[in-house]
Amino acid sequence: MNWPFAQRDNGAPEGTNGRIIEMRGIQKVYDTGKIQVEALRGIDLTVERGEFVAVVGPSGSGKSTLLNLLGCLDTPTEGKYLLAGEPVAGMDRDGLAEVRNRRVGFVFQNFNLLPQLSALENVEMPMLFGGVPSRQRRERARKLLEQVGLGDRVEHKPTELSGGQMQRVAVARALAMEPDLILADEPTGNLDTASGSDVLSLLTELWRGGATLVVVTHDTALAERAPRIVEMRDGRIVDR
Amino acid sequence: MSLQAFFRQLGRDLVTQKLRTFLTVFGITWGTVAVSLLLAFGLGLQRQQTRSMAGLGDRIVIAWPSRTSKPWQGVDRGRRILMRGEDILFLERSVPGVAAISPEMSTELKARWGTKVRAVRVSGVWPSYGAMRNMIPQEGGRFIDALDQARRRRVVFVGNEIAGDLFGTQDAVGKVVQLGGSPFTVIGVLQPKEQDSAYSGRDHSKFVIPESTFRALTGRRYLDDFIYKAERPKLNASLTLRIRNTLARRMHFDPSDDQAIQVWDTTEMFQFFDTFMLAFNVFLGVMGLLTLVVGGIGVSNIMNVVVDERTREIGIKMALGAKGRTILLQFLAETLVITAAGGAAGLLLAFGICRGVSHLGLEKTIGNPVLSPGIAILTTVSLGLIGFIAGYFPARDAARLDPVVAMKV
Repeated sequence: MNWPFAQRDNGAPEGTNGRIIEMRGIQKVYDTGKIQVEALRGIDLTVERGEFVAVVGPSGSGKSTLLNLLGCLDTPTEGKYLLAGEPVAGMDRDGLAEVRNRRVGFVFQNFNLLPQLSALENVEMPMLFGGVPSRQRRERARKLLEQVGLGDRVEHKPTELSGGQMQRVAVARALAMEPDLILADEPTGNLDTASGSDVLSLLTELWRGGATLVVVTHDTALAERAPRIVEMRDGRIVDR
Repeated sequence: MSLQAFFRQLGRDLVTQKLRTFLTVFGITWGTVAVSLLLAFGLGLQRQQTRSMAGLGDRIVIAWPSRTSKPWQGVDRGRRILMRGEDILFLERSVPGVAAISPEMSTELKARWGTKVRAVRVSGVWPSYGAMRNMIPQEGGRFIDALDQARRRRVVFVGNEIAGDLFGTQDAVGKVVQLGGSPFTVIGVLQPKEQDSAYSGRDHSKFVIPESTFRALTGRRYLDDFIYKAERPKLNASLTLRIRNTLARRMHFDPSDDQAIQVWDTTEMFQFFDTFMLAFNVFLGVMGLLTLVVGGIGVSNIMNVVVDERTREIGIKMALGAKGRTILLQFLAETLVITAAGGAAGLLLAFGICRGVSHLGLEKTIGNPVLSPGIAILTTVSLGLIGFIAGYFPARDAARLDPVVAMKV
């Protein structure tokens, strides 16, 4: 199947040496006034283009914080982060929004689809913010939905879809802007085993098609599919 | 979000909370009606009052020669100032800035037509008097003209009420009435007009004849008063000063003696009234605006609730790359649509009420409310401003949400 990133010129952006993620000494401290919580205490992480990385670890180990930083939803307190060669650590809100839009595709545990919009409109959403003209938007969204096996469900609202189908819409949406990086947060967490393995196969297929994939998960079955596992404990990456 | 999706979302928001939507739109509608109607009634009242003040004359000055109050050139005070038509002619020729001037003599005479006899107030004047005093003839008639004055014609211009009294429904023009024992031909009937002030009887019950004829008929030599106006109402005061100085020299009285010639400048009345009405309209406008502001506060509250309810949606959109500006515009636009809907309904309602009131026949007392373009624009601008402010703060809060936190709601 032809996935969007596979169609692209696969040459790495300049000065990245093919690195999608390059984190150096990343710290994140939540300052709640009286108490300071150190969520991340110095993360060094490099992910090459085309890697499939599973991030595992107990609750409270800093997995979600790391994911938020990787996805530019939040900024680190300390440290350097290059996303596809672009330094994002000191960016303002609008700058981060643009980087998320262009470079990152999110797949969430609870899907995070907009309930009032159809599957097609949900997939179109990132392209809308990315300024893609409406005809192109429509065409590409339709094609992506076909590729995830939902060609006959484009006009359905999320409430009219099963959990597995919703997550596939979310995957299609993540691919809409041809991102450098796909970030998935417990993508199978809310699914039964069958649809969970469906989504898993889909993600694996994406990776084989050339995608760079970082998945945060408790699911051992999912983690074992990944060639590389990063384990976290107490805000640090531990060696396995 | 595309325009289509925007309106779908808006429709969904509005429909799911029908009562809330209704109350919000109603608040704005009510405020709009309040602002525009109060101003419309204010303007209607002002126009009506101005019209009826103009019944006396269009910003004219009325002057009465009377007695000196200061001694001058060896003559004690209390001397009577007596003026004739030629003094007015002299003023017209020698004082610059006189746009129109006319002497007036008046007395009460017996008018007879057929068997009907009435005591009528009769004024002898020049042709320029008609325009100055807003004495407009009904169709088929005319006011006194220069030839009437020059030839001392026995012609009479009659007030509309006395005309009805004497001639009933018959056409008065061309009829010959006996006035002070002489036959006079009716040349015109006054078009009915509002008049809220007067100095020698209402015009609707008066006879007006040429000044030359008046003198011949009554044998009087001195005029009772004269009226004049300058090119523009603003120049009336300075013209009055020049006329007083000229007359002081000609009639030998102290130029600083303001009793020798007594003056009523009706522009002062207009000026006072305009100032009064301006203050009154500002008061009305502020009252209406406050109502509108209360409506705006309602809208702002609703938008706060909407932002609260849609926090998760906002978080998701931000995660997908929506910038703060995009979110801000979305909520601001929603507020403006609500405000515009309420405002349009309000303006239509106010317009309808104005039309309705115009048919109630209250014109003579409070005037017909006028929803002028100015009022409509003022209302629209206020609405836009209030809608913007009402929407801005909730929208800004939405735009400042942290996507990580917002998505977890």
